[in-house]
Amino acid sequence: MPDLDDTVDFEQLARGRPIWTGTVSFGLVSVPVNIMPANRPSPIAFHMVDADGEQLKRRYFGETGGRRTQKKARGGTQNSDRSAHHASGRALTRDDIVRGYEWKKGKFVVLDDDELERIAPESTRDIDLRVFVDVAEIDPLYFVRAYYLTPVGSPKAYKLLATVMEERARAGVATFVMRAKEYVAAILAENGILRLETLRFANEIRSARDIGLPAPVRTRPADVKKMASLIKRHTKASVDKRLFEDRSAEKIEELARRKAKQGDDVVAVPVAEDDDEQPTADVIDLMSRLQQSLSGGRGRKRARARA
Amino acid sequence: MWKGEITLGSFKLPVKLYSAVQDKSIHFRLLDARTGQPVRQHMVEPDTGKVVESDDVHKALQVSKTKMVVIEPDELEKTEPKDSRDIDVDRFVDIDKITHQWFERPYWLGPDGEDATKKYFALVEAMRQEEKEGFARWVMRKKEYAGALRVEGDYLMMITLRPRAEVIPASALTPPGGRAPDKREVEMAHKLVEAMQGHFDPSEFKDTYRERVLELVEAKAKGKVIRFPKHRTKPTADKSLENVLKRSLESAKRKHA
Repeated sequence: MPDLDDTVDFEQLARGRPIWTGTVSFGLVSVPVNIMPANRPSPIAFHMVDADGEQLKRRYFGETGGRRTQKKARGGTQNSDRSAHHASGRALTRDDIVRGYEWKKGKFVVLDDDELERIAPESTRDIDLRVFVDVAEIDPLYFVRAYYLTPVGSPKAYKLLATVMEERARAGVATFVMRAKEYVAAILAENGILRLETLRFANEIRSARDIGLPAPVRTRPADVKKMASLIKRHTKASVDKRLFEDRSAEKIEELARRKAKQGDDVVAVPVAEDDDEQPTADVIDLMSRLQQSLSGGRGRKRARARA
Repeated sequence: MWKGEITLGSFKLPVKLYSAVQDKSIHFRLLDARTGQPVRQHMVEPDTGKVVESDDVHKALQVSKTKMVVIEPDELEKTEPKDSRDIDVDRFVDIDKITHQWFERPYWLGPDGEDATKKYFALVEAMRQEEKEGFARWVMRKKEYAGALRVEGDYLMMITLRPRAEVIPASALTPPGGRAPDKREVEMAHKLVEAMQGHFDPSEFKDTYRERVLELVEAKAKGKVIRFPKHRTKPTADKSLENVLKRSLESAKRKHA
């Protein structure tokens, strides 16, 4: 059972739409931005189909009423516990579903979006850059996920912030609340584009001591020298991009293409209907969406015609 | 914890891999509004809404606009990488050749066994001296990984890297158009950033919101009346970027004086 954050994030990722619109500020300067995912979802996004190849939909169901009914179903007319909730019938719509937190085993407190929004401290409702640091100071182990920021309205303040941060290799750091979760993030600039990288909080990192790694032992200079020459022998000027390939994904894609060519197990993609629950019926190129958003909507027509 | 062996030519170093992160985020559940109990997810037939049991659900991959190919579990299994304990170091590169966007998940590496300990710390020392990081590939729990082998403090750390197809580098995008920022504005903005310059101290940033959510949960569970703080609306921004910069700079100087 994915939690709500995961579900929403996945849909947004697949659709390449802004996941949030907010304001980055430094000093009194406000930079209104859209936050767009900077990573594409994995190319291996399976659709679920039945034995005849008909594409299925994901739906949420409630239990059969309260506990008592469930017990009755278990001991009584239903064949199995598993089918008991199927008999409860109708799939839930978005309006039937609320967000809750399990505060005691089996006991849930419902939290609505408005409440979650209202408890956010004022300082975290926008992305307020209170401190700038050298980009190199932020250890890679803190980085979680990247998002591109695209300007909303005039790009003037956006370009100014991107220029000064990129010229001196600085990053702005801030905490902010998005969708019922607080993030610490670094905003940095590359190629004139602002990127937000969410970071881990210090308490999310286990230290070497937490894990119980052994205390360092004294090394012999001769051993270090041997290692150093091993490193030198295997040093190259750059990283080969091929080393980043997801070979398993490639194999699966290859298999799918081969089967398609042979006409093996080929089924039809259902005609797309406007359905919020089906994320990837249309494959959208996130990059063209990003470009469109960066160019302030220019070229939108072209991109749409292509999609 | 997973056990593997760093492999570089004939060099072998047995290591243990430990996750360097722990999840502290609050996980919400989706509930049926009528019963207040968690919902269950099922796959249903699109026309009839009939639930399809999980044994009868098959996976399909879209290959074109109109076609999908059904892929059976045994076919998928054949695409799985071969089991291996080797963490193959392909090369070393200068530190910071791998940019932040690629990093996914950090793991600590510890030496596995007495013999490995000396070699391990010699490698740490040599990597530190040479200012290099390694680039490795390995198979862990039936999945292939690429990772950056780095020195972190006195130890080795491996940070997994995202697959190439998933990362859109900034260099592939065209920045927003329009006029370049005004020289005076750039100068003032530089001064402002300087005035706000500090050091990155992760312990300064705390997830205070998490506590607030838990307090809210507690209050609601006990049926308490909840008072929400009132938020000020932000003063409207000055239209002139230069004026805003000037005022920001003055206030930043006052703060840091």
